[in-house]
Amino acid sequence: MDLALLRSLTPSVLAVLVRRGADFAAAEDAVQDALVEAVRVWPADPPRDPKGWLITVAWRRFLDTARADAARRRREDVVDAEPTPGPTTAVDDTLQLYFLCAHPSLTPSSAVALTLRAVGGLTTRQIARAYLVPEATMAQRISRAKRTVSTVRFDQPGDVTTVLRVLYLVFNEGYTGDVDLAAEAIRLTRQLAAAIDHPEVAGLLALMLLHHARRASRTAPDGSLVPLAEQDRGRWDTTAIAEGVDILQTALARDRLGEFQAQAAIAALHADAPTAEETDWVQIVEWYDELARLTDSPVVRLNRAVAVGTADGARAGLAALAGLDDSLPRYSAVAAYLHERDGDRARAARLYAEAARKAANLAERDHLTRQAARLNDHRRR
Amino acid sequence: MAKYLLLKHYRGGPAGLNDVPMDRWTPEEISAHVQYMRDFAARLEESGEFIEGQALAPEGEWVRYDGEGRPPVTDGPFAETKDLIAGWMVIDVDSYQRAVELAGELSAAPGAGGKPIHEWLELRPFLTEPPTITE
Repeated sequence: MDLALLRSLTPSVLAVLVRRGADFAAAEDAVQDALVEAVRVWPADPPRDPKGWLITVAWRRFLDTARADAARRRREDVVDAEPTPGPTTAVDDTLQLYFLCAHPSLTPSSAVALTLRAVGGLTTRQIARAYLVPEATMAQRISRAKRTVSTVRFDQPGDVTTVLRVLYLVFNEGYTGDVDLAAEAIRLTRQLAAAIDHPEVAGLLALMLLHHARRASRTAPDGSLVPLAEQDRGRWDTTAIAEGVDILQTALARDRLGEFQAQAAIAALHADAPTAEETDWVQIVEWYDELARLTDSPVVRLNRAVAVGTADGARAGLAALAGLDDSLPRYSAVAAYLHERDGDRARAARLYAEAARKAANLAERDHLTRQAARLNDHRRR
Repeated sequence: MAKYLLLKHYRGGPAGLNDVPMDRWTPEEISAHVQYMRDFAARLEESGEFIEGQALAPEGEWVRYDGEGRPPVTDGPFAETKDLIAGWMVIDVDSYQRAVELAGELSAAPGAGGKPIHEWLELRPFLTEPPTITE
């Protein structure tokens, strides 16, 4: 059975139920039940119209639950109304669901969980495992999120930038478990790009594709990080790169630059270089300038210092670093890299060791410790 | 989206403001304390932020490898060990600020006289998975 197809139907089925008057939380539960039922029944008895099947089963499930609730409350007058089809198209409805699940009243982790369930069609258990959280906790997080948005009107216009932030989080901060969150983020962003014509949505999709293309080469068989310059470029996914570049070029042609397009442009320049030495660092610095102008983010200026150091020499890089706060995450790692290029191996070794102590993730810490050890080892000989 | 460990120490941290040993509390005060901890965990589960909580026995032993074919060596317990962990709670929250807020709440657990212990808790971030996008 095609689970991807099944899950891709989730938002439109859910939207139909909401359009028919079901409240969002109950409709979402009913759709989950229908998805589980589909996984059970379809392999032996595949429906001719999968979406119609899901709508029928989910709507029946919703009515059953609503009737049971109503009976419990001795109020039976609200649920027997015949379904009325909504006036808008499935594409608009899908977009509305993205807006709802990324509503600004939700915390980032709630928005992520709700999006993965209500738009992505993942089960609570899958989401819990993906984020290494107990299932009961994730169930609570999702039901609270549903309560939070319960008063939001479904047809209210939303802000696409909040949706992009949620999808970026799913892509960038996932664990590597049974569910491939990066691939799921790409699928959801692709679906969003089909629902709304927006250069930043395209920019984010391109950014994800370009980074995902390098995934296989980013870690060694033992799990250690492989820096960009040392990656086996033969293992990069050229199809994903071509698609990413293509999407990016179309977006850039519209001349409405945003931070995701600028980030994707940097990723595209890396992806474009046959060898690390052939990387167009001058252009990369120009894109970092754009990005700094768009975001005013110190993290961007930190990454820019690396680019400047590679394009114009270590001294220039260190000069670019000079104005920045040394408590920034990865500041010491960047300083270590630039000092090593500048020939000061002792200072670089000290800074790499400091960076390792401050690292926020295990793979990076081990990588930085190895860098410090490499430099110290050289000095001992 | 970030996991933190709230670490409770039998000793090793600075003394709390209401630092009366538990065996000098009244039985009701002990019950109130235990109930507070349970309620706190239940609230965290309800808010979708709870990962786990465990308590440790105050005494344990030290163990180390002693070479091929030999049983591990055990030693201790050492009465002079400065840092003694009593238990922990693991939370999954949206921000560092939220982690601090929750640690503060947990530290307000009632002790002697039904007053908050103001116990010092150690707050330690987990190392995460590496992000996908780094440059």
